[in-house]
Amino acid sequence: MDSSTRERRIAEHKKRVNLIFKKCVWDDFLDRALEMSPEDMLEKVKESGLRGRGGAGFPTWLKWKFAREAEADEKYVICNADEGEPGTFKDRAILQEQAGKVLPGMLVCAKVIGAEKGFIYLRGEYAYLLPALSQEVENFNEKIREKGERFSIEIKLGSGAYVCGEETALIESLEGNRGEPRNKPPFPVSEGYLGKPTVVHNVETLVYASIIISEGPECFKSLGTSDSAGAKVFCISGDTDLDEGIYELEMGMTIKEFVELFSDGDIKAVQVGGASGHCVPRKKFADTIIGFEGVPTGGSMVLFNSSRSMYNVLHNYLEFFEEESCGQCTPCRIGCQQLLKGIEAVKSGEKPSEYLDDLVKLAGMMKISAKCGLGQSAANPFISIVEHFREEIMY
Amino acid sequence: MTQKQLRIKINGDTYLMYEGQSVLEACRSAGINIPNLCYLEGVSRRASCGICVVEIEGARTLVRSCVTPIREGIEIFTNTGRVRKARHTNIKLLLANHPRNCLECDKNRQCELQKLSDDLDVRDTSYPKIRKKHYDIDASSPSLTRDHEKCILCARCVEVCSQVQSVDAIEIAERGMEAHVSTFFNKGLDASECVNCGQCLLVCPTGALMAKHETGSVWKAIDEPGRHVVVQAAPAIRAAIGEEFGFEAGMPLTGTLAAALRKMGFDRVFDTQFTADLTIIEEGNELISRIKNKGVLPLITSCSPGWIRFAETFFPKLLPNLSTCKSPQQMFGTLAKTYYAEKMNIDPSKITVVSVMPCTAKKFEARRPEMNSAAEYWRNKGRRLPGGTRDVDSVITTRELADMIRESGIDFARLTGEKFDEPFGISTGAGTIFGATGGVMEAALRTAYAELTGKSLKDLNLKAVRGMGGVREASVDINGLTLKVAVAHGLKNAREVMEQVSKGKSPYHFIEIMTCPGGCIGGGGQPVPATTDVREKRIKAVYSEDESMPLRESHKNPAVIALYDEFLKEPLSGVSHSMLHTEYSRRDLYPGI
Repeated sequence: MDSSTRERRIAEHKKRVNLIFKKCVWDDFLDRALEMSPEDMLEKVKESGLRGRGGAGFPTWLKWKFAREAEADEKYVICNADEGEPGTFKDRAILQEQAGKVLPGMLVCAKVIGAEKGFIYLRGEYAYLLPALSQEVENFNEKIREKGERFSIEIKLGSGAYVCGEETALIESLEGNRGEPRNKPPFPVSEGYLGKPTVVHNVETLVYASIIISEGPECFKSLGTSDSAGAKVFCISGDTDLDEGIYELEMGMTIKEFVELFSDGDIKAVQVGGASGHCVPRKKFADTIIGFEGVPTGGSMVLFNSSRSMYNVLHNYLEFFEEESCGQCTPCRIGCQQLLKGIEAVKSGEKPSEYLDDLVKLAGMMKISAKCGLGQSAANPFISIVEHFREEIMY
Repeated sequence: MTQKQLRIKINGDTYLMYEGQSVLEACRSAGINIPNLCYLEGVSRRASCGICVVEIEGARTLVRSCVTPIREGIEIFTNTGRVRKARHTNIKLLLANHPRNCLECDKNRQCELQKLSDDLDVRDTSYPKIRKKHYDIDASSPSLTRDHEKCILCARCVEVCSQVQSVDAIEIAERGMEAHVSTFFNKGLDASECVNCGQCLLVCPTGALMAKHETGSVWKAIDEPGRHVVVQAAPAIRAAIGEEFGFEAGMPLTGTLAAALRKMGFDRVFDTQFTADLTIIEEGNELISRIKNKGVLPLITSCSPGWIRFAETFFPKLLPNLSTCKSPQQMFGTLAKTYYAEKMNIDPSKITVVSVMPCTAKKFEARRPEMNSAAEYWRNKGRRLPGGTRDVDSVITTRELADMIRESGIDFARLTGEKFDEPFGISTGAGTIFGATGGVMEAALRTAYAELTGKSLKDLNLKAVRGMGGVREASVDINGLTLKVAVAHGLKNAREVMEQVSKGKSPYHFIEIMTCPGGCIGGGGQPVPATTDVREKRIKAVYSEDESMPLRESHKNPAVIALYDEFLKEPLSGVSHSMLHTEYSRRDLYPGI
C-alpha cells in the first residue's frame, strides 16, 4: 500500500472513530451526569461493554458493582496514570489534551461506588504535567464543590518504579509504603487504599466512562467486536514511517490490517502490549486479532522491521524486567535474572541451544507461580520471541 | 460464637474446616504438609518465596496457600505435576544465588533451605549463579552478623523486627536484582535501632543471620593453666537445652545442665538464678522505696538488655522509670570478681566469668562500657586489674553451649543430674521463673508482700501475671496498698505500655518488660525452632521447676542472706549501689550517621 493510500485510510478511520480526542464542549456534562442515578450510570457502562484499558480488560461495570456493594465508611477512586509500560505514551497525551474528560470519569465512578475521594497517581517522570494538571484538578474540585458534591481529587506523584503500575503496588506506594504488590485476595474493590474499597482505573478507561455517560453507550458499543467493544488508544513506535504515534483505533482489527496502515510493509514482528506483552511474528499477522479475543494490549504496539535483531529486543526487555521486578517474589526476581543470563549464555555458546528449552519451562513456571501480574507477564516476551525467533537468539 | 465450618476438598477428599483458615492451615489440619520458606504464622504474610503454591480448581495460576483463605466448596490440589515443578523451579532459583558451602555455615543441618531441598529431592540447580551487587558481611553488632550472600529475601526477619518488636531496624532496600535487606543507609546493625534481641535470627531459614560466636574464647580460658573459670547459667537455659539433644520441648534439665558444665571443665558451675534472687531483693526494695518516698513511678524492670537499648533509643525521657538494678548476669559478673574472689581468696585477674544466656543481647550488655564495676572496686582498694577487664568476659548462647557440649564428647542424654556449686549455685523458685514472661513480677511480688506484711503470700502462684497475653495486668492488696502491676513481652507490646507511661496515663506501680515473646525462654540465643508452641512448653517447664523447689521466695535464699551479711550489708546500701546498680543514657537513633 502506498503511503498516500495509507494516509487516506488513516484519515477515514479517524473520522469514524474519534471519541477521546474529539474537541467538544462539555459544559453541561457535570449537570447531566449528576442528575443521573448511580444505577443508571452503572447500567450504561455495563451496556457499553467497556473493559479496563490498562491491558487486563476487566469489565468496568463489574469492578464498579463490586466496589458499590462493598460496605465501608470510605471508598476511593484512583486514576492510574503511572504509565510505565515500555512503548506506552497515550495517558500522557490524554492527560495533556483531555484531562477535562478524565476527571468527570472519576466523578462518575465515585458516584456509582459511593466514594468521596479520588487520587491521580501520576508517573514520576510526568512531573512536568503537574502544573497544568493541578490547575485543572483545582478548577474541577471547585466546580463540583459549588454543585454541592462531596468529592475531590488529589494528585500524587510516583517515584519511578514500573511495578507501581500494578494496582496493589500503586496503592502501597500511595499509602507511603514500598511499592510491592499485595496478596490477592482481597482485591482492591473490597480492601484497597487504607483497607477501604477502592477502584483503580487506567486514565483511558475513565475517559471512555465519561464519554459513555455523556453520549450514551451506543457510541462506544457500536465499535469493535463482541468481546472487545469500542475503541482504544494505541501508541505506535518502532519501525513506522509515520511521525505521529498516538491513534484511537477500533478494537478487533488484525495485526495484518494494522501493519498495513502504519508501516511500509517490511515488518517481521510486532510486540503487542509493551515489554510485558506478546511478540507476534509476521506469519501470524493475518489471524491475530488485536483485542481480548486475540492479543490484548494496554496500547503499546512496537513494530520491528527485518533489520532488527530479536535477540537485542528480548535482551532489552529482560534487562528491563531484571531491574524493574520489585524483588519480592522468587520466580520474578531470580527468574528474570536467569532468563537474561540464559540467553546471553546461549548466544555466547557457554550453554547449548537446548538450554533455551529449560528457560522456556522456567518462563512457564514464572507465569503460573509469580505473585503479581507483572511477574507473570514478564515471561511473555521471552516465550513468544524464543518460540518464533529461536535462531536469532541462538546465533 | 462457634466458628463457621466450610466444606472443602483437598486432593479429592472432603473435609470440614473453619472459615478464616488459610489453604495452608487447612491442609495442615488435614495432615498434608505444605513446604514453605517465608511464611511465619501470625507474623509474616509476605508470600514471597513461591514454595507453598498449590492448585485451586478454576484458578488460572497456582496460588500461594499461606495467604489464600479457604472458601466453601474450594477444591485444592497439593501434589500435582505443576505444583511439584513450580516448587522445584523456585527452590532451584533460590539455590542458584545461594552459596552451597554448607559445611562452612553455622546453620548447617538446621537450615530450612537445606532441609527443604532435601525433602523435595532437589539435588542440583541447573541455573548459574548470578552476581548480585556485593555487600560485605555486617559484623558491626556485638550480637549478630548478617551475610547478604546467604539471604533468600524471605523477609521473615524484616517482619519480625517490625511486627513483633516494632523496632524496624531492617527493611528491604532497592528493587529487582538489587533488592536486599538493609539497615538505614546500610550503615550496619550497630548503627541502627537494632536492640540485639536476635528474634530475626530465630526465624531466618538460612544462615544469613547468625549470632556472634564466643566459644573460642571460652575454650581458651578453660584450657589456660591457673585460670579460674566460673560459669553462670541463666534460668531459661535448663528449660530449652534439651531440645538441642533430642528431648521434647519443655523438659527441665537443671541437674543435667550442671553436670555437663562441670564435665566441660569449668572450675565452678554457678547459677544466674542466685543473682536473680538478689535482683529481686534490690528491685523489690527499690519499688518500696519509690512508693514510700514518692519517687518516679511506674518502676520498670531492667534485666532484659534488648529492652534497655529499646528504652534508651525510643523512650529516653522515661529512663528515670527504669530500675537502676543491673541484670542478674551483670550482678553475677561483678560479685564473682569481688565478693567471691575475696571470699575464696582468688586473684580477681585470674577469674574468667562465662555466661550461658538464652539471649544475644546479653553479649551486647556485657560489653557496655559501664559494666566493669569489679575493676572499679579493686581500683578503690588500690589494685589495678588488667586493662579491658570486664565483669563478664564471655557470653555464649544456649546454642553455643550445645555446640560445646557436643564438641566435648559428652553424651548429654545419659548424664546423671548434679547440683550447682556453692555459694552462687543456691537459688529459689523465684529465680527460676525469671526465665518466663511475668516471672520477675511474680518473684518480686512474693518478696514485696513478705517484706511489707511480714508473712508469705498464701498462694505463691500468682497466676494473674502468667500466660502469653501480650500485656497482662494485676492488682495485689498489700497492707491496704493496692499494688497495680503490668507485664509486657515482645517490644511491640512494650511500646504500647510505654506510650501510656509517656502520656502520664499509666495506672501501674510496677511494670515488667521482657524483650522477647515468652520472656527469656524465647530469647534469640535459644534453640530453633522457637514457635509459640515451643515457647509455651518451655514456660511450663519453668513453672514446674519452680514448684519443685524447696524455697520459692528470693529473700529466703540463704546464700543471698549471707551475701548481705558478709558484703553488701543491706539492700540499696552504698556497696549495693556501686556493685549492683547502674545507669542508662539516651541513644541517638542513628548513632553512626
